[in-house]
Amino acid sequence: MALKDKLHDLKVKYSGTKMSPVFNAFHTFLYAPNEVTHSGGHIKGADDLKRTMNTVIMALVPCLIFGMFNAGYQHHVATGEITTFTEGFFRTEFWTWDNLVVGLWKVLPLVIVSYVVGLAVEMFFAAKNGHEVEEGYLVTGMLVPLIVPIDIPLWMLAVAVIFGVVLGKEVFGGTGMNILNPALLIRAFLFFAYPTWMSGDKVWVHGAVERTKEIAAGANVDAISGETILGGLAQGKDLGYSVMDMFYGFIPGSVGETSTLLILLGAAFLIFSKIGSWRIMLSALLGAIVMGLIFNFVVDQEWISQGSKFYTLMSTEFWQHLIIGGFAFGAVYMATDPVSASQTNKGKWIYGFLIGFISILIRVFNPAYPEGVMLAILLMNVFAPTIDHYVVQGNVKKRMKRLKAKTV
Amino acid sequence: MSKDIRIKKGLDIKLQGEAEQITTNAVASNVYTILPIDFHGIIPKLVAKAGTIVKAGEPLFYNKSVESMNFVSPVSGEVIEVVRGEKRKILAVKVKADKEQSFQDNGRFNIEAASADSIKEHLLKTGCWSFVKQRPYDIIANPEKSPKSIFVSGYASAPLAANYDYVLKGKEVELQAAITALGKLTEGQVHVTVGKSSNSPLAGLNDVSLHKISGPHPSGNVGTQIAKIDPVNKGETVWTVSPQDLVIIGELLLTGRFNAERIVSVSGSVVKNPKYYKAKIGAELSTMIYDAGVDSENFRLISGNVLTGSAVKPDGFLGYYHNEVVLIPEGDDYELFGWNKPIFNKISTSRALTFSWLTPNKKYDLTTNTNGEHRAFVVTGNYEEVFPLDIYPMQLMKACMVQDLDEMEALGMYEVAPEDFALTEFVCPSKQPHQEIIRKGLDLMIKEIG
Repeated sequence: MALKDKLHDLKVKYSGTKMSPVFNAFHTFLYAPNEVTHSGGHIKGADDLKRTMNTVIMALVPCLIFGMFNAGYQHHVATGEITTFTEGFFRTEFWTWDNLVVGLWKVLPLVIVSYVVGLAVEMFFAAKNGHEVEEGYLVTGMLVPLIVPIDIPLWMLAVAVIFGVVLGKEVFGGTGMNILNPALLIRAFLFFAYPTWMSGDKVWVHGAVERTKEIAAGANVDAISGETILGGLAQGKDLGYSVMDMFYGFIPGSVGETSTLLILLGAAFLIFSKIGSWRIMLSALLGAIVMGLIFNFVVDQEWISQGSKFYTLMSTEFWQHLIIGGFAFGAVYMATDPVSASQTNKGKWIYGFLIGFISILIRVFNPAYPEGVMLAILLMNVFAPTIDHYVVQGNVKKRMKRLKAKTV
Repeated sequence: MSKDIRIKKGLDIKLQGEAEQITTNAVASNVYTILPIDFHGIIPKLVAKAGTIVKAGEPLFYNKSVESMNFVSPVSGEVIEVVRGEKRKILAVKVKADKEQSFQDNGRFNIEAASADSIKEHLLKTGCWSFVKQRPYDIIANPEKSPKSIFVSGYASAPLAANYDYVLKGKEVELQAAITALGKLTEGQVHVTVGKSSNSPLAGLNDVSLHKISGPHPSGNVGTQIAKIDPVNKGETVWTVSPQDLVIIGELLLTGRFNAERIVSVSGSVVKNPKYYKAKIGAELSTMIYDAGVDSENFRLISGNVLTGSAVKPDGFLGYYHNEVVLIPEGDDYELFGWNKPIFNKISTSRALTFSWLTPNKKYDLTTNTNGEHRAFVVTGNYEEVFPLDIYPMQLMKACMVQDLDEMEALGMYEVAPEDFALTEFVCPSKQPHQEIIRKGLDLMIKEIG
């Protein structure tokens, strides 16, 4: 008997039991279901939620692979094993087997923990509540390892994933019902629950924390900072990296967020496939540019003194904000989550713009945690329904006006 | 002088098996069946019990809430069975047709001299009122209300739809009679819409406001045209009549006979010789489909079009409002990695490894497979791409689902019918039943607001 028939028989056997959703999750992973339409439209379009989510995952894969190489690269630069630095995206000292091995060793466990724990929670709730295992976590599970520091302990990640999936999604009724972006909620949980592992200058490069301890204990090792550019800027330091390095992504940071080039490629794929909202991406970009220009203007007008703690970030060229930190990653992959974003097309413009605007605002005015895009998106997640409400009310008013004009 | 309307949002679904423009007389059915479920919201009270001999045009049942509204037999013969369901609900009335048909003579109607009331009364009595539908609610029109305008869409843009230019050919006199009569029932205008490049008999009618429409489906939907020409506001009513039904009304007015004949297209990818048949409302579909030939054993037979019609068994009947029958393959099979492999043989509005955007003129052989499982609403913005009305479709559906009447009213529920949501249902990645959601919402409004 063919596998297809065997699985079908098992599906029939488990139908109606608690295990049915779990079985179906595996079954529909292998085979698109044999469900047919009943009434209304007898034919259906080719897209389903699995395909939609899969497209986002495909857009994330380049960032993941680059993140693995970068993990090794940053580690080897910090330990002094890489000393020559050539130019260009395809530089030889970056794309090495050694770098990849470190990346695989450190990043794959993050991916595995994220998926195994997250999907286990999803399956538990699906079995408990008798609904199908929904696809939302396919993307969340890939996003989470890309937005955490490389050395985050796996148990912390597991706890955060459980928190994020249960309180960020399941309590609202599952995929499609949540108010906040679950991946960002997981990151926010880590950020506030384990701040020493999520910020500062020692967590972004693999091994930096251990080496700091060794140095403190008196070992004679070259100290490396391993801080992110934003962390450095917040402390008034110089950029320290060339613009092209920042654009290509050869800088410390969360696993998948550093390469603006690959994020742009992902964005192009998402926009072309019509899965990601170009309105949100573009308006977030505009919002960030406007805020950056305002800060640059303030500096140009000398309304702020060089001694101010905000001076360095404020005087950073507005366009440089777009290629450092997690801004690009947030705007392309996080802000565009259709469930937690604004749902109307007009609303998406407002929502995206405010995300960009507030991201840079937080980045400059909150030097303790200079990564603003996460908080900006979570904040706007909360306001997205309000934005939609006013957009929809505009449509309602138009209808009322039509009626009044008629009556007059 | 006609006015041009251009629809930008929408989607043309091109399917294999379009009917060739040849008309054959279908083999006469033995039994004709009227399904009260076709008349949404009507509670039928039976006039003709089993054993009653009726002429074509004699009442089978009437509407309990408007007793003057008759529903008549499409043929002469004997009522052989009244199929009942739970609580003795009438599910079907079956009439065994005579070999020689006889018609009830309603007399030639003097349209020019008739008043609005007498036209209404005549249509109600003769069963032709059932062809007049209304917005809001997409039900048979309430004869006590006066519509602000009447709409006739003479352009069918749905996939594999019967071509109105072809099926209405030579029916100008009947169409004009019906239009003249209906025109007296409204203070507004009778808006008739034809395709921009069509050669429709409707284009030559008098006493109408003619519009030429172009653009993808749902440009042919009367709801789209109402929204562009004269949208429905709260408290207003518009009526809609389909052109094939105008022919029956026109013939009744001119000859006094209720002639339920229409030209039906039989199409779809599994049909060997897709073409047109002359048949009557309620006819057995087998009389047509076996003549046309079927290439498959596992197919879906649909009375109506693939987006809004109803699935019927091969021994089923032509729906009261339908002039097309479509046969497509059932898609009840699994597909290995169907959710992530590149797709070339299905239609999609996205480009997520789906390639129908590369071949816009290709004709597809779509099956009834849902291509995915039912999920909550997740994706946003894709319904709006195929929804030309100035309404937020997802917000309106959500208002229906939570039964928020104020919100439904504010968001445009008076303007829509389930068929307006057929395309959003088609493109929905969450496989939500949009038309059902809207129908339930409309029913709730009828119940609560009336």
